[in-house]
Amino acid sequence: MSHPETAKRGMHLAEFGMLMAIIGTLMHHEIVTFRWILPGLAVGSLVGLVMGLWVPMTAMPQRTALSHAFGAFAAALVGISEFYRSGGHLENKFMLGALGFEVMLGALTTTGSLLAFAKVQGLVRGTPMTYKGQNVFNMALLAVTIGIFIYLLIVPGSMPLFFTMVGLAFVFGLLLVMPIGSADMPVVMSLLNSYAGLASAATGFVLSNKVLIIAGTLDGFSGFILSILMCRAMNRSMTNVLFGAFGSAATAAAGGEQEGSMREVGLDDIATQLAYANKVVFVPGYGLATAQAQHAVRELADVLEKRGVTVKYGIHPVAGRMPGHMNVLLAEANVPYSALYELEQINPEFPTTDVAVVIGANDVVNPDARDNPGSPIAGMPILEVDRSKSVVVLKRGQGKGFSGLENPLFFKPVTGMLYGDAKDTLTRLVQAVQHA
Amino acid sequence: MPLEDPTVQKILLISALYVFALAAFLGYQVISRVPPLLHTPLMSATNAISGISLVGSIVTAGARYNTISTILGFIAVVCSTTNVVGGFVITDRMLKMFKRKEIAKKD
Repeated sequence: MSHPETAKRGMHLAEFGMLMAIIGTLMHHEIVTFRWILPGLAVGSLVGLVMGLWVPMTAMPQRTALSHAFGAFAAALVGISEFYRSGGHLENKFMLGALGFEVMLGALTTTGSLLAFAKVQGLVRGTPMTYKGQNVFNMALLAVTIGIFIYLLIVPGSMPLFFTMVGLAFVFGLLLVMPIGSADMPVVMSLLNSYAGLASAATGFVLSNKVLIIAGTLDGFSGFILSILMCRAMNRSMTNVLFGAFGSAATAAAGGEQEGSMREVGLDDIATQLAYANKVVFVPGYGLATAQAQHAVRELADVLEKRGVTVKYGIHPVAGRMPGHMNVLLAEANVPYSALYELEQINPEFPTTDVAVVIGANDVVNPDARDNPGSPIAGMPILEVDRSKSVVVLKRGQGKGFSGLENPLFFKPVTGMLYGDAKDTLTRLVQAVQHA
Repeated sequence: MPLEDPTVQKILLISALYVFALAAFLGYQVISRVPPLLHTPLMSATNAISGISLVGSIVTAGARYNTISTILGFIAVVCSTTNVVGGFVITDRMLKMFKRKEIAKKD
């Protein structure tokens, strides 16, 4: 999967392998009845198909979070059922250990993912929820959960204790995600991916099933590597993301008054600027996704390219709500992937860029990360749009981004602000450029 | 040798750990080569692959252990099938959207 072309082939291979594994399991000698398997498969396939075919690309983070929850829940259930069947007396201590691991990870991933889903979907406020002594309380809860687990290892067979442990793990999942803000969702998402995978791998150990071990481990590591990449892209450590409750205390200190004012510019001015530019770079952010403006961006890019303007897209690794979110959105709008540039590739290009168009992005272009060591996001690699000759920021309103940080970019003399719904603005820009 | 034999158990366990270590190494090698461009498809693909816990769920739902096991197994089968089918369908859909320049222009 190192290239879009070969990725398709790889996926078909994986699908085939999976089918074989499932058929193989159905032939397994322990299976005595299909009465519950077949309806289960049917219902699951149906739900899966419906979700797979109709979920819009903008809602990918939600779907992924949900499916983490499903996967982890399944693993937890298998573990619980195994424990229940054996009455807590598994063949050896190691298996019991793997089982406990599986059930705990499965349970906390389930509730954690559901909360992440709710946050991304907007059902719950995306801002971090914190209270005094939160970390201490969480750690204590985790310690109790693990304590019960160890006790069960030494003195196996206590059903009530086992279910207490499961319950605590469910609660812990909620508490774990609660203090994490939407801006950090990419990290959380990949971390939960990793947990779900590890839970599957543990299931493999419990059932002595090698396919499960391999698949689960692959998943676990993929998620883990992704979360490390995401953290690096924000120049923050994993512990910081998980326990930092970003944007609560730190912001208050750093939210000093900004000098100058934001300059609002007219639509026609920008259209003229764009039409006579040599190189334009689009920088999309989560705002693009919420406004569903990916098609409008491409229309504008098409019109510009027809006039001989070079159009590129600069994509920050953590733009959007999950890793690679923006790439998928733009690909949906038929933007060729050769026009999408990563952070390191596009940054040297900004000084020769005539107009950088920031669409619904905020923190990933905040020059404070580079210039102001006191800023909570100091050191985070950014797209250096402020180095280009002119910047246009498309924004819904004058408010701050979800991190709650002031963005000095908006106050720079090269920057012009264009307020309004991104999709609407872009469509009007297309018309204006055509007439220019 | 019977499966309950401690030595057999130990060998099984060691081979399982061996597989785990190999898979971890392989996973690291493979995943670190995936470009950020494909991170979202990667995630939904690994999601689908981890739906392989379906295998475990099937065993739980199909083997006649007891009612509770069967019910839990049934729910688990539904959950993981959703993941497998949904994951693969959506990954396919996403990958189809990634086009090279010439092809993209034609649409």
